[in-house]
Amino acid sequence: MEHEKICLAHGSGGKLSQELVEQIILPAFGNPLLNELHDGASVNMAGTNVAFTTDSYVVKPLFFAGGNIGKLAVCGTVNDLAMTGAVPRYLSVGLILEEGFPMDDLRKIVESMRLAAKEANVLIVTGDTKVVNKGAADGIFINTAGIGDIIPGSHISPKCVKSGCDVIISGYIGDHATTIMAGRHELVLPATLQSDCAPLSGLVQQMLKVVPQIAALRDPTRGGVAATLNEIAEQSKTGILLQENAIPVRAEVQGVCEILGFDPLYLANEGKMLVFADAKYTETLLDVMHKHPYGKDACVIGKVTNESIGQVGLQTNIGGIRIVDMPIGGQIPRIC
Amino acid sequence: MGLPKNNNETKEMAQSLIREIDRLITKPVRLMEVCGTHTVAIFRAGIRQLLPPQVDLVSGPGCPVCVTPDEYIDKAIAYASRKDVILTTFGDMLRVPGSTSSLGEVKATGADIRVVYSPLESLTIAAQNPHKKIIFLAVGFETTAPTAAATVLATKKQNLTNLFLLSAHKIVPPALKVLLADPAVKIDGFLLPGHVCAITGERPFDFLPKTYHMPAVVAGFEPLDILRTIYRLAKQIHDDRPAVENEYKWIVKPDGNPAARQILSEVYEPTDAVWRGIGTIPDSGLQMKDQYSAFDAQVVLPMVTKTIAKKTACRCGEVLRGIIKPTACQLFGKDCVPEHPIGACMVSVEGSCAAWYKYGSGRYTYGT
Repeated sequence: MEHEKICLAHGSGGKLSQELVEQIILPAFGNPLLNELHDGASVNMAGTNVAFTTDSYVVKPLFFAGGNIGKLAVCGTVNDLAMTGAVPRYLSVGLILEEGFPMDDLRKIVESMRLAAKEANVLIVTGDTKVVNKGAADGIFINTAGIGDIIPGSHISPKCVKSGCDVIISGYIGDHATTIMAGRHELVLPATLQSDCAPLSGLVQQMLKVVPQIAALRDPTRGGVAATLNEIAEQSKTGILLQENAIPVRAEVQGVCEILGFDPLYLANEGKMLVFADAKYTETLLDVMHKHPYGKDACVIGKVTNESIGQVGLQTNIGGIRIVDMPIGGQIPRIC
Repeated sequence: MGLPKNNNETKEMAQSLIREIDRLITKPVRLMEVCGTHTVAIFRAGIRQLLPPQVDLVSGPGCPVCVTPDEYIDKAIAYASRKDVILTTFGDMLRVPGSTSSLGEVKATGADIRVVYSPLESLTIAAQNPHKKIIFLAVGFETTAPTAAATVLATKKQNLTNLFLLSAHKIVPPALKVLLADPAVKIDGFLLPGHVCAITGERPFDFLPKTYHMPAVVAGFEPLDILRTIYRLAKQIHDDRPAVENEYKWIVKPDGNPAARQILSEVYEPTDAVWRGIGTIPDSGLQMKDQYSAFDAQVVLPMVTKTIAKKTACRCGEVLRGIIKPTACQLFGKDCVPEHPIGACMVSVEGSCAAWYKYGSGRYTYGT
């Protein structure tokens, strides 16, 4: 069945999103910089290496435990820049507002953006506001774009990921998606669980200062850890083997996953990153990460291998190995 | 029981169970996990590749989405296409192909279809949209049917007149009888669906050992629960003493959940039902009783739809009955993949074909 119309799954970061990019976007815009399909592009301007990225935010509900669409819009773009090894500097903000949207909600959202930008040490330097008829948008949509300068000496690229690298996660997975889903379905969660939405640029800078040899960084947002690792395995032509018992999942998240039938590996995160680095740097990296609030629960969850190229395997608690495939998407729309 | 232990302990327990299974089973056996949740749990824990080669696991008809026939999807699409209707459904149903389209496709053209995780969410939607008719797609087995029945009772209690069910609920035991009566189906034991048994209790499955001399064990969903279930089946086979045993005792009581069954029988009564790939099975479905017909979409808003029989090479029917494995279908993984499914078994995450496709087509080995 070919898709003649856009489905929600086309926007979920899984196989259908990939198809959309490959069949519609790349044929039209393809160029060596875009074809990298990284979180952000690295461009050279007047002799300086600059990272450039953009993202749109349509999360529903707009307000959730641990953040709101505004905080997400700043952190998401800051993190995309950080994942290219850049220091985020300047952001643009485009607001698309639905007629009738409460001014008070807008104030709250903008205030969160101010605070997030302050924490990430970025300036919002340009922007745009549009208002559409009632019903033509769902409250508010936000687009942000950002630029930053690439930290000298670092070379972050999936192509640097090799057999012998460790796979490190910066903390518990699935908190953001679980919080959003619980909010949407009015599940009452313990107050301890909230979205992990946070700017990771500070942590990345500290890590790269100590270990500039980091091979790749990725924030596992849509499609979760599973989608991100599959992309890396494919782009780096390696295999990845995870250890189930090493993957940090909160009991609350595991519980919600069991009720709603989700796998935490496929849930979006907004303040976590996957780090790929040669195993000899692991201890040093973990030391740096553990000292930072956004990396205090960092741990090794698997290894990069030269077996099962392009695949992600997972060694289960009972000693079996299963495949962790690329999600098709569509299970949880509008998560960011 | 059921709780995750530290990794080494879990691994050692698993290994000792597998050794015992290997010792007890001396010739090839086929064990059927009836429930789609088990199919996925087996793959997720990597159980299939740990079992000795003489023990084969086959998936059964226990994925509600997979056994829902084209006619039902066509009818749901017809309702969803009405301007005065909001359709509420479990997410899995969106991509199930009907005879000409899917709910996902009509949603993309503007039909108001909302994904819910409990039918009770439909009550809120009905209260918020008094000028619309809300139709909930009531599919599922004994596990979900009580919640649908509770929704009907709540609708009545709240005096809502705009919430209706399009019911296609099914019950498991009659389907197992049909499977066992079919000489093409070769099964040596059943892993019984734990969630269904939590409602029904063990007794409705007594016919398995009594009439068919068939081992049957109620299974939980953690990896070790499943291995213990297979071990118990192996022991029954080895001793040639079939019985219904319960390996999920902390959830499944011998007489199940009488309160849930009471709600169920208040609203529903048995009826013949069409199972995709199997056909009509007597008394295997649930229909709303006359006194609740005011909440039955098919009674209040009758719609006539025409289902065009499709000609495809899809072998979902044989997959659902455990006659062939998904990989034996020539469409599997080629024309029929989860992003473009042809048969319903490729749609639901708990469908046999989708699970086989997602988890590496059977005994997955890493590094080959």
